[in-house]
Amino acid sequence: MTVFKLSSKELQEGLHNGEFKIADLTNEAFARIENLDNDVQAFLALNKEKATEQAAQMDQVPFEERGPLFGLPIGVKDNIVTEGLETTCASKILEGFIPIYDATVVKKLREAGMVTVGKLNMDEFAMGSSNENSAYKTTKNPWNLNAVPGGSSGASAASVAAGEVPFSLGSDTGGSIRQPASYCGVVGMKPTYGRVSRFGLVAFASSLDQIGPITRNVYDNALLLEAIAGVDPNDSTSADVPVPNYVAKLDGDIKGLRIAVPKEYLGEGVKEEVKNSVLQALEVLKGLGATVDEVSLPHSKYALAAYYILSSSEASSNLSRFDGIRYGFRAEGVKNLMELYKETRAQGFGDEVKRRIMLGTYSLSAGTYDAYYKKAQQARTLIKQDYDKVFENYDVIIGPTAPTAAFEIGANIDDPMTMYANDILTIPINLAGVPAISIPCGFDNGLPLGLQIIGKHFDEETIYRTAHAYEQATEFHKQTPQLWEGK
Amino acid sequence: MAKLSKEEVKHVAHLARLAITDEEAEKFADQLGKITDFAQTLNELDTTNVEPTSHVLPIVNVMREDVAQEGLNRDVMMLNVKEQVGGQVKVPPILED
Repeated sequence: MTVFKLSSKELQEGLHNGEFKIADLTNEAFARIENLDNDVQAFLALNKEKATEQAAQMDQVPFEERGPLFGLPIGVKDNIVTEGLETTCASKILEGFIPIYDATVVKKLREAGMVTVGKLNMDEFAMGSSNENSAYKTTKNPWNLNAVPGGSSGASAASVAAGEVPFSLGSDTGGSIRQPASYCGVVGMKPTYGRVSRFGLVAFASSLDQIGPITRNVYDNALLLEAIAGVDPNDSTSADVPVPNYVAKLDGDIKGLRIAVPKEYLGEGVKEEVKNSVLQALEVLKGLGATVDEVSLPHSKYALAAYYILSSSEASSNLSRFDGIRYGFRAEGVKNLMELYKETRAQGFGDEVKRRIMLGTYSLSAGTYDAYYKKAQQARTLIKQDYDKVFENYDVIIGPTAPTAAFEIGANIDDPMTMYANDILTIPINLAGVPAISIPCGFDNGLPLGLQIIGKHFDEETIYRTAHAYEQATEFHKQTPQLWEGK
Repeated sequence: MAKLSKEEVKHVAHLARLAITDEEAEKFADQLGKITDFAQTLNELDTTNVEPTSHVLPIVNVMREDVAQEGLNRDVMMLNVKEQVGGQVKVPPILED
């Protein structure tokens, strides 16, 4: 067992009481990674030297100057730039790329006193739902090493579930924090669009991307979001909305909370075991004083098609910057500049990335723009209006995070459409720009299931209150994978 | 219908600056065809007079004072450049002889 079974509060108590030092926590993270990462395959780069040095210095800081996250180790998804630490987006095209500045969230982690221990694997450029699209390694699910951890923030979820680190950051464009959180039995929040600065997040689809925290409990998740949230002059889409003290409101009281359950979220394609776990969770919430009504989000079934057109269109534009000129991989033996572009990109990008760049280029090109891109933007408006309407009368919307538990490695890799269908329950949330969390709510054949709680724009507070009340009333989050035993 | 031809895929690959073999063009034509076929479901929607979403939040222009600031250090900016001459980025010929 490891001290990482403890919550942030308990870790701070341990530091205060002299049971361990910050240096010990950093060492523990690297020791766990050394022990477990041959199996889990979560980390792409380690920050061992600097983190060890930083930890030793931080141990000198007086306790009264420390915040609640001070000295705690964290892993960062590899599409978030870290000065001096290789950042590849799990793509060959960024092999050897050393960022020259920190993302705003990384700066904020440092200000909170967190220790970045390394960079976490992902699907290449965050395109995928299983981590199988990484150019470097396939991360495994700590609950069953034959299963995927989900994606694209698969390693962010797996590293926390395996207890290699107590905290991580992921990013979510169509479910990339919540789906892996669900598959790995941890807590993952996709904040409101604009809540967290995207400066230094390598862009996939700029109108959908959002960075968020992954943790082992709701309280710690709220704490970490509070640390990274807020307006940023370097991201003009970040919102100038005050960041509340989320944890102050976690009192377990949800009496009178109005919960909406969309019938589309418990319909076709959602596995029976998943439905049952959600229905049981709703009973728990009712027992705590919430009311539950069935509602409809009639345009949900169009979300997947709209999402793939819009996200791929934005990606085709964003990824045009990778041309082999100023950073990353550069093809050799080319005759002229055009060939350099084409060969660098053909050799540097994986198939899924190429597929989406081409789909996006096609959707945006003359003759297809109106039929694809504009149509999808209109569908997006209708999907967003569905949510606005339900939120006129309800505080949160609840459903499953994913239609099934984690699937086996290799099961869907040859069929893009089946792979995409994993995200049907998470994608509409990004299109509407609203926040949503995934928290553990059961198991199917030993693999975790996730409950998705969706809130109004900038109302992460109510999501956290609901998630926390549910967590206090259940035991799912206390379970750990078999691989914790003895290691 | 939305089935993409091999030639269309090659054209799109050229627009996206991706070198592509015949074999790949065939594979991608098939896979992209399935995705664009699926996208046709959007045609069931009546979107007459529906505004396309340009932003999910009511953000308009975000302005700031126009004040000069120190930029990134030039030597630092060149750290990731593979080929350089005299502090400039070197690329292969743009025009043929």
